[in-house]
Amino acid sequence: MLAASCCDRRMCVCPGPRRIAIPVRSSRLPLLSDAMPAPAHLFPLIRNCEISRICSTVCYCHHKHLCCLSSHFAHSHFRYAPQKKFAALYRPKENFNHFIHARDYASTPQRFYLTPPQVNSILKANEYSFKVPEFDGKNVSSVLGFDSNQLPANAPIEDRRSAATCLQTRGMLLGVFDGHAGCACAQAVSERLFYYIAVSLLPHETLLEIENAVESGRALLPILQWHKHPNDYFSKEASKLYFNSLRTYWQELIDLNSGETTDVKEALINAFKRLDNDISLEAQVGDPNSFLNYLVLRVAFSGATACVAHVDGVDLHIANTGDSRAMLGVQEEDGSWSAVNLSYDHNAQNEHEVERVKMEHPKSEEKSLVKQDRLLGLLMPFRAFGDVKFKWSIELQKRVVESGPDQLNDNEYTKFIPPNYHTPPYLTAEPEVIYHKLRPQDKFLVLATDGLWETMHRQDVARIVGEYLTGVHHQQPIAVGGYKVTLGQMHGLLTERRARISSVFEDQNAATHLIRHAVGNNEFGTVDHERLSKMLSLPEELARMYRDDITIIVVQFNSHVIGACQNEEL
Amino acid sequence: MFLRLLSDVRWRAANPKWRRMTCSRRSTSSTAEPHPISLPAQAQVVICGGGIMGTSVAYHLSKMGWKDIVLLEQGRLAAGTTRFCAGIVSTARHVSIELKMADYSNKLYQQLEQETGVKTGYMKTGSISLAQTQDRLISLKRIASSLNVMGIPCEIITPKQVAQLHPLINIHDLVGAMYVPEDALVSSANVSLALATAASRNGVQIHERTSVSHVSVQKGRVTGVETDRGQIQCQYFVNCAGQWAYELGHSGEEPVNIPLHACEHFYLLTHPLKEPLASSLPTIVDPDGRIYIRNWQGGILSGGFEKNPKPLFTEGRNQLEIQNLQEDWDHFEPLLSALLRRMPDLEALQIMQLVNCPESFTPDMRCIMGESPTVRGYFVLAGMNSAGISYGGGAGKYLAEWMVNGYPSENVWPLDLKRFGTLQSSRTFLRHRVMEVMPLMCDLKVPRWDFQTGRQLRTSPLYDRLDAQGARWMEKHGFERVKYFVPPGKDLLDLDQSKTFYKPDWFDIVGSEVKCCKEAVCVIDMSSFTKFEISSTGDQALESLQYLFSNDLDVPVGHVVHTGMLNEKGGYENDCSIARLSKRSFFMISPTDQQVHCWAWLKNRLPDDSNLTMEDVTWKYTALNLIGPRAVDVLSELSYAPITPEHFPSLFCKEMSVGYANGIRVMSITHTGEPGFMLYIPIEYALHVYNEVMNMGQKYGIRNAGYYALRSLRIEKFFAFWGQDLDAFTTPMECGREFQVKLEKGMQFVGQEALLEQKQNGVYKRFTMFILEDHDTDADLWPWWGEPIFRNGRYVGKTTSSAYSYTLERHVCLGFVQHFDEKTGEELVVTTDFINQGEYEIDIAGQRFQAKAKLYPLSSLFTHRRRKDEVELSGVHGKPVQE
Repeated sequence: MLAASCCDRRMCVCPGPRRIAIPVRSSRLPLLSDAMPAPAHLFPLIRNCEISRICSTVCYCHHKHLCCLSSHFAHSHFRYAPQKKFAALYRPKENFNHFIHARDYASTPQRFYLTPPQVNSILKANEYSFKVPEFDGKNVSSVLGFDSNQLPANAPIEDRRSAATCLQTRGMLLGVFDGHAGCACAQAVSERLFYYIAVSLLPHETLLEIENAVESGRALLPILQWHKHPNDYFSKEASKLYFNSLRTYWQELIDLNSGETTDVKEALINAFKRLDNDISLEAQVGDPNSFLNYLVLRVAFSGATACVAHVDGVDLHIANTGDSRAMLGVQEEDGSWSAVNLSYDHNAQNEHEVERVKMEHPKSEEKSLVKQDRLLGLLMPFRAFGDVKFKWSIELQKRVVESGPDQLNDNEYTKFIPPNYHTPPYLTAEPEVIYHKLRPQDKFLVLATDGLWETMHRQDVARIVGEYLTGVHHQQPIAVGGYKVTLGQMHGLLTERRARISSVFEDQNAATHLIRHAVGNNEFGTVDHERLSKMLSLPEELARMYRDDITIIVVQFNSHVIGACQNEEL
Repeated sequence: MFLRLLSDVRWRAANPKWRRMTCSRRSTSSTAEPHPISLPAQAQVVICGGGIMGTSVAYHLSKMGWKDIVLLEQGRLAAGTTRFCAGIVSTARHVSIELKMADYSNKLYQQLEQETGVKTGYMKTGSISLAQTQDRLISLKRIASSLNVMGIPCEIITPKQVAQLHPLINIHDLVGAMYVPEDALVSSANVSLALATAASRNGVQIHERTSVSHVSVQKGRVTGVETDRGQIQCQYFVNCAGQWAYELGHSGEEPVNIPLHACEHFYLLTHPLKEPLASSLPTIVDPDGRIYIRNWQGGILSGGFEKNPKPLFTEGRNQLEIQNLQEDWDHFEPLLSALLRRMPDLEALQIMQLVNCPESFTPDMRCIMGESPTVRGYFVLAGMNSAGISYGGGAGKYLAEWMVNGYPSENVWPLDLKRFGTLQSSRTFLRHRVMEVMPLMCDLKVPRWDFQTGRQLRTSPLYDRLDAQGARWMEKHGFERVKYFVPPGKDLLDLDQSKTFYKPDWFDIVGSEVKCCKEAVCVIDMSSFTKFEISSTGDQALESLQYLFSNDLDVPVGHVVHTGMLNEKGGYENDCSIARLSKRSFFMISPTDQQVHCWAWLKNRLPDDSNLTMEDVTWKYTALNLIGPRAVDVLSELSYAPITPEHFPSLFCKEMSVGYANGIRVMSITHTGEPGFMLYIPIEYALHVYNEVMNMGQKYGIRNAGYYALRSLRIEKFFAFWGQDLDAFTTPMECGREFQVKLEKGMQFVGQEALLEQKQNGVYKRFTMFILEDHDTDADLWPWWGEPIFRNGRYVGKTTSSAYSYTLERHVCLGFVQHFDEKTGEELVVTTDFINQGEYEIDIAGQRFQAKAKLYPLSSLFTHRRRKDEVELSGVHGKPVQE
């Protein structure tokens, strides 16, 4: 019933009368102009204007894979769309509000309008920057610093981010985590994963030292130095529980002492798998404290993808689980920017991933494994933390839910068993690790959740961040030369260039700058304040229809250090 | 490419001399000698720079009979800024001397083609200055008033009339405009070539591709010029090197400071419209949009003065910067937007080129003219602030007069090089200042404008103390001076918002400061005054000063004398107070901006005698002005020296101790006519004395005051002010200061003859005070200066300064009244009766207010006089005020 109302043109922004006047977004247009050499920029642009005029009747709908293609997937709050009847039961109140507000909005379309300072305060609310001292007393760092930011679409936001420096080993860890079915799992992973990685990387002696310290009640060597925004919180209640699990892990590592030096790739894979395992175990065991008991269950029943970078000198490892993405910004010799993917999305668009899932299950399930580009027709990412509904056997799920607290028991969603659920587990948290040796031309790394990649092509991301980090003077000056240009055409072009420059000057944070573009870009690939204002003033319930949570970390590398490292090796 | 766009006039063909030169060049070209005509070994005048300024100076000098002139140009004639100049001759200027120069230029260019046979492209198109705001319209009306009284046709028109005059203008956002029908367009390069042609016919030798490397100086005089083609000995050198003038000035051993700095300036050229624009279409100036638009070969030429100028050549001429002088469209964008807003129909017009042509700007938006204060015979004409073509003719004429006659026929002090000193020559200062000046070209010119850049250069030792007490500052000759003190808890408007032609927001603040001066006592820091000490071993100092100053300086030690420093025509070169410290030494106080001019004037005239010394001690003393009836009480408590009127009469100077500090020069003058003292304090004691005065003064209600209060006080008392009211063309006779002249002091003095003649024959202008009658201070526009004065409906002169008198509760304007014959316009003698028997009106932006004329100050103002027959009172209306 509600699902149907989605395409009733009230909640959905399918083609039809536009309630929110947002011009068409076509990733093809910026690309088109990018491909042109700079002086000729002028003319394609003018043509682009016309194209956009033609296209502007088509409404922009970025969630088509969720709500437009199939009437089944009505509820956008969930990455995996429960079936019709079930959707109606889940959080009905919110759906109702949804409905009302959509109508309100339609009747007063100009109600929400933000001034540039208001827009800025929204965009900058979560921004964070960290500058790494070039020489911290021990090592020369290849990382200059990083900028991070996030823009919520869900309320509360389901994305998380983390950044920390390893204190007992070298290197820096940065990660983005995209939660689904709530934020509990993403929160837990953002707090815990880096400890698991750091511990996996520690040499035997250090592990022993730490264990002895804990044993004798002495002060513990600090393992990580966190770089956190004030809004990035850690749950105090669970810290003891989490610590115990971590300690068990390092005790096992001590027992297993292989004597070999730790390989970063292996450490990353082990840490991911171990953490997911601990999440699963904690939920099965439960906790006498009812609050903690409910917490570990919520963590296990929700899910999260993770994309983590480990940078140590010129060695860059990316461990990815799910559909967040890591991308390297490379400056070519001519000064232009290109993007290098450092992760593969684990979703239905990735053939290898579909292949892998099919390999792991009997041939009889081949048809039901991936439906509507979703795992078992429900889940978009093919790898994730938590999500025990796709990992545990049916019996285990039933037992845990029944013995669990009432809240869990009352929740229809947790009781719901995915269809065609025969040979669990269907889901893994094992990451795919890509190694990249940094070169002087590798200027920055972007880690971002799919909220960014849905709206922007990586090539544009590389260009926007690159131009931002190097300053705008790289914008080619215009020369009229012998061309026939009218005053009006020139004026249009200049206004557009000016808008681009002014948006750069507004931001002190590369991630903020990227979000501004992701949300506010118009057909010219430049930030349009009106559009930005409308997108940001969408009521909470509508926001998720137009955009996903966006979390971005931009890591800037120190080319001099990287160049020096290279030379040393030569 | 652009060089070909402006039609290149073959001026050389019209010039027989050039023909000879070209012939000889051709004949020797086989020997590959680039410069066939060798430079003369000597000349009377060498002019450097073949742009509009250099050629204009050459033209006028040769017309005035000087023949032995060489003009050197490093490249080709009229090839620099002149070539790229937009060619608009506009008389709409704020400063009256600039207005006169532009008017003369216009008339000169008009007949130049006939005179020389060189096509100048002169076209009388008229110009329309648009107003988008009421304030702008007021500003235009003020200009219109001064244009009209000068006989230049000009009218304020409605937006509809604008549309009739120009078909393309969008008039929807306009409130009015000013139309000057006689403004013109020229091809600036061709005007320059025409002037060169005429000069060359009069015997001026012109050498292209010759650059001056430096100017040789001996004993403070120009002796010759060193060029890349050899040396020329000369008596006079004229630096017309435009944006290179600064560098050239600094190239010699004896540097000549010419404070100017170049900024990039952009204008746009388009292809012709489908229906080409008529060449008679008026030029549009849209100051609110920061642009000007003229017709150009059927299309348009449009440029402007952006808010964010790009200064260049800060570190001198630089090949890299010259190469980078390219079209910068992004920079031009705001101006292009303004253009399309003003003329939306131009959207489809095709661009031909964006021209980048550097222009030079000066620290105060006025051009630089005159003789160097340090090197005699070194003249300068540069820094045109992008109005070179408008000023070219007039500026050249005045400079030529200056060289030939010793002084030009008009008061050019506002343009005099000597208004600047070395302090304005820092490249950083100039760079920052011109970035403020260039946008100001289009900004609203409101009364009491202060520059914001290049500030806090010279300050009193009390600066921080005063600043902490709410001082608001203005700048004079680099020195920070207090305007007024904002009481705690009171906020004034932001700088931009406080721009007004009406009653300003500090009105009540200054009112209370004035009240305190009248009833209790105030302290004003007046340290910026120029202070010289002149002393000698024998009587040389007295003798020299007696010759150079008009009043009798042979007074008993300890007396202060107000006197003019006059020129041969009896006009005020300076107006100062001189204290006789001892038999053989004098302490001289002059206005702040006299520091360079007065020094040069005296240096050039004092005998070269090692026993006679002159020292600039400006920096050694902090000056505090204690004004008010209780000043005497405050000072009495701080010193054991008796300062009762019996022991310390008016116009007296005594060195005494104040507080713990000794050696303070106390003078019983206040420069306002109010009772009080000036304290000249050695700077290390400044803070101590200030603190003592403020502490002791508390019980007498002492407070700080600023220059605005001083100004109100001095104007209501009819005190003239050098630099505003008084100038080199004003004599003591004309401003009622005969008593400051001792015609029979037993010896000759400069200007004596002229004064004697005036005494016999009467004066042709008279300094008069006007009290506005039907002026509503709250609602009406405030007078400023430069407002036309009408007597019985006829124009008789202009105001020179004005202020609100808090005592009279009226505005007071000071100005000069002339008497023009009703039929012939001939200047007649102004008599007291003529002044008294007239009905006067002051024209403020086109609105006339009735005014009462006075030749003497109102005696009702002097309630606090100390002694009835005091010298200060008998001379009360002629006492100098120095700022």
